[in-house]
Amino acid sequence: MGVMSKRWRACAVVAATAMAAGSFASAANAWEPTRTVEFIVPAGTGGGADQMARVIQGIIAKHHLMKQTMVVINKAGGAGGEGFLDIKGAKGNPHKLVITLSNLFTTPMATGIPFSWKDMTPVSMMALDEFVLWVNAESPFKTTADYVNAIKSGPPGKYKMGGTGSKQEDQIITVALEKAVGQKLTYVPYKGGGEVAVQLVGKHVDSTVNNPIEGVAQWRAGALRPLCVFDGKPLPVTDKIAGDKSWADIPTCKSQGLDIEYLMLRGVFMPSGVPKEAVAYYVDLLKKVRETPEWAQLMHDGAFNTTTMSGDEYTKWVENEQKRHHELMKEAGFLATTN
Amino acid sequence: MEGIGDLLHGFGVVLSWANFLYMLIGITLGVIIGVLPGLGGANGVAILLPLTFSMPPTSAIILLSCIYWGALFGGAITSILFNIPGEPWSVATTFDGHPMAQKGQAGEALTAAFTSSFVGALFAVIVITLAAPLVAKFALEFGPAEKFSVFFLAFCSFVGMGKEPPSKTIAAMMLGFALAAVGTDTVTGGLRLTFGSTELLSGFDFLVAVIGLFGIGEILLTMEEGLSFKGKATGINPTVVLQTWKGLPRYWFTSLRACIIGCWMGITPAGATPASFMSYGIAKRSSKDGEKFGTGVIEGVIAPETAAHAAGTSALLPMLALGVPGSPTAAVLLGGLLIWGLQPGPLLFVEQKDFVWGLIASMYLGNVVGLAVVLTMVPMFAAILRVPFGIIAPVILVICAIGAYTVHNNTFDVTMMLVFGVVGYFFKKCNYPLAPLVLAIVLGDKAEEAFRQSLLLSGGSISVFWSSSLVTTIMALGLVALLWGGISRALNRAFDRRSRTA
Repeated sequence: MGVMSKRWRACAVVAATAMAAGSFASAANAWEPTRTVEFIVPAGTGGGADQMARVIQGIIAKHHLMKQTMVVINKAGGAGGEGFLDIKGAKGNPHKLVITLSNLFTTPMATGIPFSWKDMTPVSMMALDEFVLWVNAESPFKTTADYVNAIKSGPPGKYKMGGTGSKQEDQIITVALEKAVGQKLTYVPYKGGGEVAVQLVGKHVDSTVNNPIEGVAQWRAGALRPLCVFDGKPLPVTDKIAGDKSWADIPTCKSQGLDIEYLMLRGVFMPSGVPKEAVAYYVDLLKKVRETPEWAQLMHDGAFNTTTMSGDEYTKWVENEQKRHHELMKEAGFLATTN
Repeated sequence: MEGIGDLLHGFGVVLSWANFLYMLIGITLGVIIGVLPGLGGANGVAILLPLTFSMPPTSAIILLSCIYWGALFGGAITSILFNIPGEPWSVATTFDGHPMAQKGQAGEALTAAFTSSFVGALFAVIVITLAAPLVAKFALEFGPAEKFSVFFLAFCSFVGMGKEPPSKTIAAMMLGFALAAVGTDTVTGGLRLTFGSTELLSGFDFLVAVIGLFGIGEILLTMEEGLSFKGKATGINPTVVLQTWKGLPRYWFTSLRACIIGCWMGITPAGATPASFMSYGIAKRSSKDGEKFGTGVIEGVIAPETAAHAAGTSALLPMLALGVPGSPTAAVLLGGLLIWGLQPGPLLFVEQKDFVWGLIASMYLGNVVGLAVVLTMVPMFAAILRVPFGIIAPVILVICAIGAYTVHNNTFDVTMMLVFGVVGYFFKKCNYPLAPLVLAIVLGDKAEEAFRQSLLLSGGSISVFWSSSLVTTIMALGLVALLWGGISRALNRAFDRRSRTA
């Protein structure tokens, strides 16, 4: 409890600074929300996007960063299509935000639900979420090479990959892995990342590509083993969290002979046709959110890639990512026939 | 008995005036949330979650989990008084609870419901206290095949449970499966049965279905039958609680069985709704008053309420120990844990002793406080039946509409609720049971998902459903439950013949 209270005290100090900063900013910006701001989560409760949205909501409420309140609303139907269509339909409404995951790109491609990022106004990239290749700690696979060789030698589909959802990020990575190894895996879709991790602990599947935050608790308990991370460079967090291992000790998949890189956007968008001042307001608001200790804690706990962007740079990044996903989905044969 | 020492430490953490106050506030809010259909525990906790960020985590989780207990208690009230379940797990409570209210025994039914809820929760907390690590390990055994077998058991124990012929039960269940299939298919990621409509993307929510089928359906029926409650309004009787308590110990075995079913269904991720149905079904079959079930026997209230509460409480264990929520409310609480900087998982019990044992201690105290709060209100709740139908019916309609709207903040759901109301009316007119329809909407897509995941894992071989002793046992139990009517008749006949020849 001692550690806890120290953190609370630190929060209070930063809160005061943040509040002071907030009052200056509001003088500079002409626009401010005049009613409750809805924060749409195009995914179910308890997942990565939902957690991040609720942390942002909590930080804004705790540090009084906004005069109006913010509510988080889950619209998970149609692989998130419900949430994005809601934003698309709210043209010109500056009191609505949406947090995205990769389904911003994959859902319209896989299901033909008519929306795209162009129906929205990009606000800020908050972070990028990493993916790690995990196996059960009791499995004989100590390194990526062990597992890759086992997949290669087995009959097609012998090894089972558990993942979140279908034709989404986890399955995209699985297909890329199959291509790199030259052998089929059996992909089993589940509803949520936590469930996927537990299925691996229970040995119902052989591997997963869980995000760090989804697998960390079981890793620390000695039930899971990370093999490699699907990023160009190792993770930046160096505290020893699982025995003598830290996030930074996990090698990149590339260095292990699997040339696969995949990061997932955790970004915020608004409906199209909103005033420029409103976009500027939210860019500034989210910047303040990222400066709080709670946010730093979340980034640290989840070993996020803390790249952030906004404005034209962000728009350009989203555009590239859209093209890349189209390629990936096309290669995997996941495009809906209507596209 | 390390658990006991930890628990005493937990009581030390919880027993402060501030925490006790949070407990009272939480329970009261929870009861209100539970009474309002649609505004379930999950929504209530989600709305209040941001308010708790500036509290210490232990106080916050006490407040939020007490809302959860309160909602579990509150769900029974409208089921008994108006035949309108506030939560899906209260559907089974209407079977005998409402007939009791019609006979003028609303007070007795409410007391029995609240007391059983308390017993169920207490049993589950004791299981958590004594066997948390063991139970967590058991939960890990559940892959898709095992999950499917549990759902299969739940469906099987249902067929032939009601007074309606099994063919009607199966027809209602099949309609439920069809409705559950609407929306996104998790396994292929494609859309099914949405016919290009945006509103149908998220499928039919069982809460909207429950509110419509029962709430609106009931009001339509009552209007047809002469604009008044069939219920006999009784005088306010302040001693009803004590009088009912005298009769309860007789049903200790029903309670115990319901506790075990509830814990089992809560830990395996089936949840409180199937637990309440299963418990009711088994109680009906094994009770010597089985014939009278459905006409207002107190045992028919005790069985589902005990199981629902035991399941709701034990569902928190997988959340704490594994990070996998056993119910939607637990999923929101899980989000809360992460915001407070607590990482659910096996190490939570080691690293955050204050928090975990504080929470478990608050389960004991919260339920005691909750029972006291709701029992004192029993005479008041029972008196609601004295309000004339002409006044209360519009109120119920409005509350139902608000409830349906809050599920997804969507006006389309209100229309959907009205459609379900008409469906419910015709179901009742034609003597089709509603409960199997609800069960199939609640569990249909989960069962389908587990079935298809199992087949993916086995490479398409159906033998996966008898591949291990655990899954084989559950499947066999399911088949026994399905064929029980036939088996018991055959046994009876064989027995008769033998006694005649002897």
